[in-house]
Amino acid sequence: MVRIGVLGLQGAIQEHVRSIETTGAETVVIKRTDQLADIDGLVIPGGESTTMRRLIDKYDFFEALRHFGEQGYPIFGTCAGLILLAKEIEGQDQAHLELMDMTVERNAFGRQRESFEATLAIQGVADDFEAVFIRAPYITQVGSDVEILATYQDKIVAAQQGHYLCSAFHPELTDDDRLAAYFVDMVKNIKGIKQ
Amino acid sequence: MSKVGTDRVKRGMAEMQKGGVIMDVVNAEQAKIAEEAGAVAVMALERVPSDIRAAGGVARMADPTIVEEVMNAVSIPVMAKARIGHIVEARVLESMGVDYIDESEVLTPADEEYHLNKKEYTVPFVCGCRNLGEATRRIGEGASMLRTKGEPGTGNIVEAVRHMREVNAQVRKLVNMSEDEVMTYAKDIGAPYEVLLQIRESGRLPVVNFAAGGVATPADAALMMQLGADGVFVGSGIFKSDNPANFAKSIVEATTHYEDYELISKISKGIGTAMEGLEMSTLAPEDRMQDRSF
Repeated sequence: MVRIGVLGLQGAIQEHVRSIETTGAETVVIKRTDQLADIDGLVIPGGESTTMRRLIDKYDFFEALRHFGEQGYPIFGTCAGLILLAKEIEGQDQAHLELMDMTVERNAFGRQRESFEATLAIQGVADDFEAVFIRAPYITQVGSDVEILATYQDKIVAAQQGHYLCSAFHPELTDDDRLAAYFVDMVKNIKGIKQ
Repeated sequence: MSKVGTDRVKRGMAEMQKGGVIMDVVNAEQAKIAEEAGAVAVMALERVPSDIRAAGGVARMADPTIVEEVMNAVSIPVMAKARIGHIVEARVLESMGVDYIDESEVLTPADEEYHLNKKEYTVPFVCGCRNLGEATRRIGEGASMLRTKGEPGTGNIVEAVRHMREVNAQVRKLVNMSEDEVMTYAKDIGAPYEVLLQIRESGRLPVVNFAAGGVATPADAALMMQLGADGVFVGSGIFKSDNPANFAKSIVEATTHYEDYELISKISKGIGTAMEGLEMSTLAPEDRMQDRSF
């Protein structure tokens, strides 16, 4: 049994909890840094990345999250979570956790009225994944260690770099829990290797 | 093929705002203070509710210049208010690319009988409610997010508390009903039957419900979260306090950590004076914004 944390500062927290729990894994909402010691993997949910970053700094999560990732624990970032993981952000001098070797553009598909749903093929996950994009970012460049898992209109919208996984869309907003299951499998494999 | 303006996309946008604070702002400078403090969105308007109350007369959609100025100033979502039933104000805001429209009783209603048919728009809407009947009628019309009405511009939390408790008590009552009783309940509270059935099945409202109308302190925000709000709108409470940046940051923190009383006590210390409040009994019936729509 693996235990997966969902960063609980702001955003679609309960939706990720529901989605992860359908795979049979245990979940815990993470509001304090000491809780990171008790989990095998972490989801950084969608929400507002600027808000989350303020709260990350305020509650000393910045180094704690980086350390968690650097120790080899899996992290899955969706939408705002993807932005927080990226090494570089277009048009900004500073990025956030800088754990994944990629450049992202915020609100890259436009404002809310341009937000959309589309069916995607995600490598190793599904050929027909219903993806919900909300003021979504996309990835403009990736380093050589980053595997592209999905594109939409030639834009990179899901990627993996070792134990880091990210999507520009919101798998937690639908009943399609296959990407959550893919992440839970990543956590199980890495926990198996660690022990 | 991709689809825009679906329920999932419109309701999902509000899901991303959960646990956050949406702040009323009247210019770019205030919008930046709000963003810096960690607001999840800003509501661009010409005057905050307490000033609308003081000015009297007809309150309309903000000048598009102000909305545009705010949209250019921040990267977080921007909301704006249209008058109840004012199809053109709503379409104008939609065409400008506003991220969410508040069909709001804070402005003078354009239509005293009908709300907007919000299903027809690509942009999502938030609407106020005092009870489950109102909440489900707005959902029936296509609202993708709800908020309590409270009593805007008063700095008095009592009405927001009343409305949040009422909606949640009615949801609990509905969930415990036998299906035989639902149609009569729908008739009694003037609710769309299908929406009630859905709530009874899932055990919760199908859209996010924020608190609004009277939040003036970090403790007010935390109180509303404890009563089951998904997040908080703060209208006059920030920029009518004597230290907006402090109030904005503290209200954001209190909303995140609404059960951490030591923290709330710490962030409430010396933040400055809250906006001046109004006692409900001093309001004439015609000054009660919450009674402007049904």
